[in-house]
Amino acid sequence: MTAQTILKHSLRIAQKDLMELFRNRLGLVLLIVMPLFMMVMVGFIYPSNGASINSPIAIVNEDAGFHNSTLPSQTFITVFQGINNQTGMMTLTDASSLAEVKDMVQRGELGGGIVIPSNFSESVFSGLQGTIIIVTDDSNPQIAQMIQGVLESVFDSMGTMQAQQQLQAANPALNASTALAVVKPYNVQTQGVVAGSPSYFDFIAPGIMAMTVMMSVMTGLPVAISQEKEIGTMDGMMVAPVNRLSILLGKTLAQTGRGLIQGVIILALAVGIFGVAIQGSILLVFALLLLGVFSFVGLGIVITSFTKDQETAQMLMMTLMFPMMFLSGVFFPIQQMPWYMQTISQFLPLTYASSALRKVMVLGAGIPQIANELIILIVFGIVMIAIALPVFKRMMTR
Amino acid sequence: MDNGNIIEVKNLTKTFGKFTAVDDISFSVKKGEIFGLLGPNGAGKSTTLRMLSTLSRPTKGTAIIGGFDTVKHDMDVRKLIGIVSEKMIIYNRLTAEENLRFFGSLFNIPKDTLSKRIDELLELVNLTKWKKAQVGTFSTGMRQRMNVVRALLNMPQVLFLDEPTLGLDPQSSVEIREFVRKLNQEQGTTVIITTHMMLDADLLCDRIAIVDHGKIIALDTSTNLKKIISGANTMIIKLEIANLTPDMAASIKTLQCVDAATQENSTQLHVIVHGEEAFDSIIDVVRKKNGKITSMANLQPSLEDVFLHITGHEVRDSADQKIKQEHGPGRRFGGTQRRVR
Repeated sequence: MTAQTILKHSLRIAQKDLMELFRNRLGLVLLIVMPLFMMVMVGFIYPSNGASINSPIAIVNEDAGFHNSTLPSQTFITVFQGINNQTGMMTLTDASSLAEVKDMVQRGELGGGIVIPSNFSESVFSGLQGTIIIVTDDSNPQIAQMIQGVLESVFDSMGTMQAQQQLQAANPALNASTALAVVKPYNVQTQGVVAGSPSYFDFIAPGIMAMTVMMSVMTGLPVAISQEKEIGTMDGMMVAPVNRLSILLGKTLAQTGRGLIQGVIILALAVGIFGVAIQGSILLVFALLLLGVFSFVGLGIVITSFTKDQETAQMLMMTLMFPMMFLSGVFFPIQQMPWYMQTISQFLPLTYASSALRKVMVLGAGIPQIANELIILIVFGIVMIAIALPVFKRMMTR
Repeated sequence: MDNGNIIEVKNLTKTFGKFTAVDDISFSVKKGEIFGLLGPNGAGKSTTLRMLSTLSRPTKGTAIIGGFDTVKHDMDVRKLIGIVSEKMIIYNRLTAEENLRFFGSLFNIPKDTLSKRIDELLELVNLTKWKKAQVGTFSTGMRQRMNVVRALLNMPQVLFLDEPTLGLDPQSSVEIREFVRKLNQEQGTTVIITTHMMLDADLLCDRIAIVDHGKIIALDTSTNLKKIISGANTMIIKLEIANLTPDMAASIKTLQCVDAATQENSTQLHVIVHGEEAFDSIIDVVRKKNGKITSMANLQPSLEDVFLHITGHEVRDSADQKIKQEHGPGRRFGGTQRRVR
């Protein structure tokens, strides 16, 4: 049995598998729909900075005034409303008390509130800081955090502006920018490595691509093989003078093909619909996807060897997929996780594949910048295949 | 090979854990013979076939096919054999032609030769019209015909048939039987067939090995096997008793002259007996229990009777309800078998 024959047979088997795949209309539709769903769900549900605050925010003015003057709180509200009108960042309503705000948040009618306490004017006229209370919806931490962030920065710049004006009034010799420099000596600017502002889609698209392609081998392979064993068609290949390696290779090729098709679909969706920009080389992106597949083949074969039927294969797939999805930094940055999860994540090849892919796609990295990931993926792949082949051989000759 | 045997099986054994599926069997098959393995499900027929067709590795013993050892020279053996199993080896989403082309390419048949052979084979089973149709749209009979010609792509010298008529209607079963016989006569193909259908074995096989509990318990031609019964002063009696009661049946079964008895329905008993007083003894028992004998007939022995006579239990016991076959312990029909001796 020459290497050429082995290759020829595996190509025939791969061709046959893909032919079956393309004849399955529903399956093909799902092939496109699945990644689309995943992108839409994860991309839109996870709030990004550009997202708007949908629920209205109530303003409660409890200011009791000082010598019958509530000027400070009125000015504050007018200026804030003016800013909001310009930016349109949120809908504002009025509420009479903190209790009403709480009640409305509990009803789900409000996203949060701004409360000006009764001693506001008194404090301001007495030369003290005026306190502003931001009320947030604790049941929705992400929105709460966002509202808090936005309001804090708005109030902060309102304060700066006011301080600047007061300083200029007290010392007319100062011009506007000097006054600002006195009030706020540091001008902080944020700049990413690449131009433009990447959205959450830019973050998840590489991860989902890496995951889909690699999963297709790790989970698709056991399912494809156990399915043929179950139907009985595997016997047809096994009684032909075909090397077992050809069957394995052919199945792997077909699954890789399927995974790459899905990868391309995700890429097209990401670029076309979600406006993801690919900064690095597209060739490197595909090379990375293939390397990811390579690193997972061994694992897929081991699972194949241990699963007797399709049902088990599918259950195993679900069991492995979930931790992988969440621990590999596909959806959430690894750095957010507790240390023990980070440790587990370091043993998952998907972590490195998605990290490398992200560096290339989002940051425009080249091979030198992702050398570590490349080495780890190659070593992992070789080690797993070295373990897998003897296991598979034993399984086939039971 | 020198002695005209295309298959030589020696001490073949297969165990799954503690369970022995095939227990030290030896037999040989002559070139051009139709050889049957007959027995209930779980008897070890399919496991034997899987070992012969290189799909399963024997725990002990050897099988030589066409001069090649099935383990050491599995690739050479595979070139000589074809297999038709009850699980159809065809892809529903591919057309008839694509299926045959795929399997043919695995045998390294040159493209032109393969195209010609595909046309011939489809013609042979009247499927030429459906060459470009997906197999999933075929009827069960058509698919089984596809399944059979698929096994013939490499023009095998030995064709293994594992329960080829299971789940087929009588018409399709006849077609398959005719086809196998024609193949055997015209091409000289050696055929090994496993079945629990007495009819298949009786009509088709030159020699039959009766298999039970992993062992071959009898091996001969159908005629000679039946002689086991007629030669042993044994008779088969079909007894019809209008008011047959379980108590009456039990009394008959425990008679000393009765080898085996099975109840066919509420009034009929099928009894294998020996000795000259057998008729009298049975009539005595029935009379004593106030039974009314409506008819009593002496039957020609069938393979079923041979099986019953040798093993003391029926082939059909579990065979009719073929459950999902697993190649491991648990598929034994032990729990359902009736010992009547």
